[in-house]
Amino acid sequence: MSTVLATRSLVKRFGGLAATNDVSLAVERGARHALIGPNGAGKTTLINLLTGVLEPTSGTITLDGTDITSLAAHLRVRRGVVRTFQINQLFNALTPLSSLALAVSVHQGTSTRWWRALGADAAVAAECEVLLARFRLADVIDQPVHSLAYGKRRLLEIAMAFACRPRVLLLDEPVAGVPEGERQEIFETIDALPADVSILLIEHDMDLVFNFAKTVTVLVNGAVFAEGDVATISRDPRVKAVYLGEGDGNGAAGAGAHG
Amino acid sequence: MSDTPVAGASPLPPPASASASAAAASSPVARSLRGYSRWRWWELVLFAALPLSWLLLPGQALLLNEIAIVALFAISLDLILGYAGIVSLGHAAFFGFGAYTAALFAKNVMPDPIVGLAVAIAASAALGLATSVLILRGSDLTRLMVTLGVASILYELANKLDWLTGGADGLQGVVMGPLTVPFTTLKGFDFDLSGRTAYAYTLVVLAIVLFVSRRLVHSPFGTSLQALRDNRLRAASIGLSVPLRLVAVYTYAGAIAGAAGALLAQTTGFASLDVFDFHRSAEVLLVLVVGGTGYLYGGIFGAIVFKLLHDLIAAWTPQYWNFWLGLFLVVLVLVGRERFVRPWTWFRVQRKQ
Repeated sequence: MSTVLATRSLVKRFGGLAATNDVSLAVERGARHALIGPNGAGKTTLINLLTGVLEPTSGTITLDGTDITSLAAHLRVRRGVVRTFQINQLFNALTPLSSLALAVSVHQGTSTRWWRALGADAAVAAECEVLLARFRLADVIDQPVHSLAYGKRRLLEIAMAFACRPRVLLLDEPVAGVPEGERQEIFETIDALPADVSILLIEHDMDLVFNFAKTVTVLVNGAVFAEGDVATISRDPRVKAVYLGEGDGNGAAGAGAHG
Repeated sequence: MSDTPVAGASPLPPPASASASAAAASSPVARSLRGYSRWRWWELVLFAALPLSWLLLPGQALLLNEIAIVALFAISLDLILGYAGIVSLGHAAFFGFGAYTAALFAKNVMPDPIVGLAVAIAASAALGLATSVLILRGSDLTRLMVTLGVASILYELANKLDWLTGGADGLQGVVMGPLTVPFTTLKGFDFDLSGRTAYAYTLVVLAIVLFVSRRLVHSPFGTSLQALRDNRLRAASIGLSVPLRLVAVYTYAGAIAGAAGALLAQTTGFASLDVFDFHRSAEVLLVLVVGGTGYLYGGIFGAIVFKLLHDLIAAWTPQYWNFWLGLFLVVLVLVGRERFVRPWTWFRVQRKQ
């Protein structure tokens, strides 16, 4: 397998605190890679560094061997590094359909058009149709985003990222705050993502992590604490001690509080 | 799009290739997407009302001309405020710049109104482009201060450069040439005292701007403005360059505000410091608050209500116009515009959903 997205000795300091401390991580092509760790371990900071929301203090980030460490966030998206957010970041006044159509038009190269209507483009509509079906939003296409049920908003959050034709998809706690009954729908859509898209998943829900991921990286205090395949990590007593033991209750409470 | 098949039982079969696009054109999704830019009946009524107002109210041309200019100015503000979420307390900077450019051009270069209008639009667009860098960074509060500052600077410049602008006296006696219709051999129309030529001229510009802006707001570009208004972080995260789009819409809005100012100077034959004044920037904001933001026509409805209210109250009690305007705004905001235009709902008991 070849590496798509990699970091080398990545460091991010906020004052004296190293939120990301010498992290070297490799996401393989078609990976199902989970990033776990107790609250405050620096998981979201790492995602922010990978996507260009934050600039690292030192270290490099490469995509297919090309250095993207100082590339602007929106240009990384165009190269296929796309994320979702732990707290929904949606266009509240738009509808699911227009949100997706906009994202699709960006990646079909028509988003700078100002004379033709967004809806006049059959290629955009066709791609939206597939996305809406895939993410089970077909029955709410015209509802304003702010009025959607929370589970649907989480699905739209992922759908908008997927509309950007990701090569690497970074999912930041996709079921955070979603009531138990609505989680299954999200699990299923994540499971059904195409195999050629590399996925890096941050999640507190251990069922999802161990069912979905093949590789697991454990972050503690900003540094890589352990890394390996699911079976190894789930048996590792050190991981159980730092994460599963103390983090279990913490994590669940944290995930709930973020909703 | 990846050609990996959609897993699970999806209700809609994915179109596998371009040939399926034709079939997809009649799907509910395609129809909904086209529906977003469909002409609504009231839009057609409004466009039809523009020439009708000229035909049916010949005696009111001066007032209607004033309303149409304010409407044009407010549409410009709506594009940056209602669509892109850029707050401004100094939008008169563009209005005044367009007014002075048109007046100076007529006085010093040539009196043709259409050429003058084009020059004023180009100059205001350039001003928009140049000042757009100031509104890219910072918070809403910094944008309020920066826009206010730019308008103040231009006001003082127009005041100090009296050899060019006439200073506090303004540019008096701007004589406009007759209005000729481009690409025809029609004889020119003179701007007369009744204001009918002026109003027809303003109406044509207003209709063109409305039509072009309507295309713009329904386009992918226009949708992206609403997206970055709602959430800049996410707009960047779907691959949009937020700063470039803000620069583009600010430049376009500057051009339209400049056109409004130019129309005022050309149709009244006069430009004074008043066009840069703070009260212009504040008034256009009030007009937009009255008419509503983010649907393009708020400027028109706002301008009509605002000007008619002004004339009505001023005729009744000229001293206390501001008091009644203030009261009206407080009531409007407290009741909410949606309910305000539906008086029959005011005293209905609110039912919980």
